[in-house]
Amino acid sequence: MNTGDTAWVLVSAALVMLMTPGLAFFYGGMVRAKSVLNMLMMSFIALAVVTVLWVLYGYSLAFGDDVGGGLLGGLDFAGLKGVVGQLVGTAPKDAGAPWVDGHQIPHLVFIVFQLMFAIITAALISGAIADRAKFWSWTLFIAVWVTIVYFPVAHWVFNFNGFTGVEFVGGWIANKLGALDFAGGTAVHINAGAAGLALALVLGKRKGWPREPMRPHNLPFVILGAGLLWFGWYGFNAGSALAAGDLAGVAFLTTTAATAAAVLSWLVVEQIRDGKPTTLGAASGAVAGLVAITPACGYVTPLGALAIGLVAGALCALAVGLKYRLGFDDSLDVVGVHLVGGLVGTLLIGLFASTEVNAAGKDGLLYGGGLDLLGKQAVAALVVMAYSFVLTLLIGFAIKKTIGFRVSDEAERAGIDEAEHAESGYEFSSLRGGGSSIGRTADALAKKVTTGAAKED
Amino acid sequence: MKLVTAIIKPFTLDDVKASLEQLGVLGMTVSEVQGYGRQKGHTEVYRGAEYSVDFVPKIRVEVLTEESSVDKVVSAITESARTGKIGDGKVWVTPVETVVRVRTGERGTDAI
Repeated sequence: MNTGDTAWVLVSAALVMLMTPGLAFFYGGMVRAKSVLNMLMMSFIALAVVTVLWVLYGYSLAFGDDVGGGLLGGLDFAGLKGVVGQLVGTAPKDAGAPWVDGHQIPHLVFIVFQLMFAIITAALISGAIADRAKFWSWTLFIAVWVTIVYFPVAHWVFNFNGFTGVEFVGGWIANKLGALDFAGGTAVHINAGAAGLALALVLGKRKGWPREPMRPHNLPFVILGAGLLWFGWYGFNAGSALAAGDLAGVAFLTTTAATAAAVLSWLVVEQIRDGKPTTLGAASGAVAGLVAITPACGYVTPLGALAIGLVAGALCALAVGLKYRLGFDDSLDVVGVHLVGGLVGTLLIGLFASTEVNAAGKDGLLYGGGLDLLGKQAVAALVVMAYSFVLTLLIGFAIKKTIGFRVSDEAERAGIDEAEHAESGYEFSSLRGGGSSIGRTADALAKKVTTGAAKED
Repeated sequence: MKLVTAIIKPFTLDDVKASLEQLGVLGMTVSEVQGYGRQKGHTEVYRGAEYSVDFVPKIRVEVLTEESSVDKVVSAITESARTGKIGDGKVWVTPVETVVRVRTGERGTDAI
């Protein structure tokens, strides 16, 4: 076991965990004040429900020995039995894994690191259906979606032959196709983006969209969330090196470079198109850059990262307007930022990947590798996008037809926080504080007072 | 007795308050309000989507005064709230039937 690597992956897991509350604030600031709590809860509940499933069978479906065709893992690790004391990370170099031999870490550390990826992928989708989904329907959606979409796709992309067990066979994208995805451009971002589009179509537009103004109620939350995401993303990307070494350094630097470039290019697009650089644009540009560099961060040079960031920032800034032309209410632009950003990063690996950066990678078009890698990247991107979109449509319709997915029109108008959670996010007016306790609380209080008085007598 | 109500730009409140204090006005009530007049609202842009914000934040100042000092109060407010640009606000005067000081029960001009 390598203790340095183990320490880094443990820290990285905690960093990636923080991304989900960060995302909650990024999204929460963008909705109206009457639905901020529900937006926060949609991310927060993913921490709970995905973790439980991960322990029971999720990790096993993703990282167990393949049951056939590189499509799904078996139940070798169901209930996480037998993993204590095991090590992972012995992937032979010829399997195409981006990790170096001899850097072993405890199996449980790898399990908890990968758990955080599953959580945030599910949470990302919530931005597409802000303000209108029943809370328990959303929770059920997450449970079904990770089971039949995320766990298999993570198996395809992240499970390398021989990594979690000697003689174990992994997923088809990582091992058979040989497309490159360092930290989850396909499995996380294209996957969540395509699912977001499907769910936005299943649930339909918010009442009044796009006629009524639905502007962000708290931009400081948005920039705070984007900052937390950026911070946590170092665990996501540099942590995916699974070793505290050169490759983690490469990923750390390319992540920073691409994000910085994307902030600038998003703001330049806004300056030219709208006449002002906005706070929301800076936060969105940062996230677009982070998304795009995610698959590429361990395979490209710092200059390649700048190019990817510039393209992603500008393209995503333009893509967020598509929903108005096409008429789908992807409320917080999961498609425009995550699907488009994920595609940009995944495809540009085909141009900018270099074996000088990572010997376990491949050379892209600009480094003499021809079109071979670009073709593989396109196949991986398209298959994940199509699989996620179709399966999400099916899950969404099934929930809609059975327990229902949308809150009532009245609840949506009045605010989903009150309707779904019986809470309100803000208490600014002193007048509203003048309410009196009713129901169970008041009854209990009255009883206590009466008993106390009786004793004194 | 009269009630002077003024709608002013928020950043002029300190000047308005100072000029009223100089006149010897002993109290006032202010509230944050939103509205528009000829100035109309402004436009905000979020991820390329334009929103027109019709209601602009303003401050409402209310001052109770004796008949004799109404003109002085009105001109103190207008002079200190004026920037010369559109959206400076309005001042109006309404008659007041009676005023009661809650603590003492005093009525009329004694309660101002």
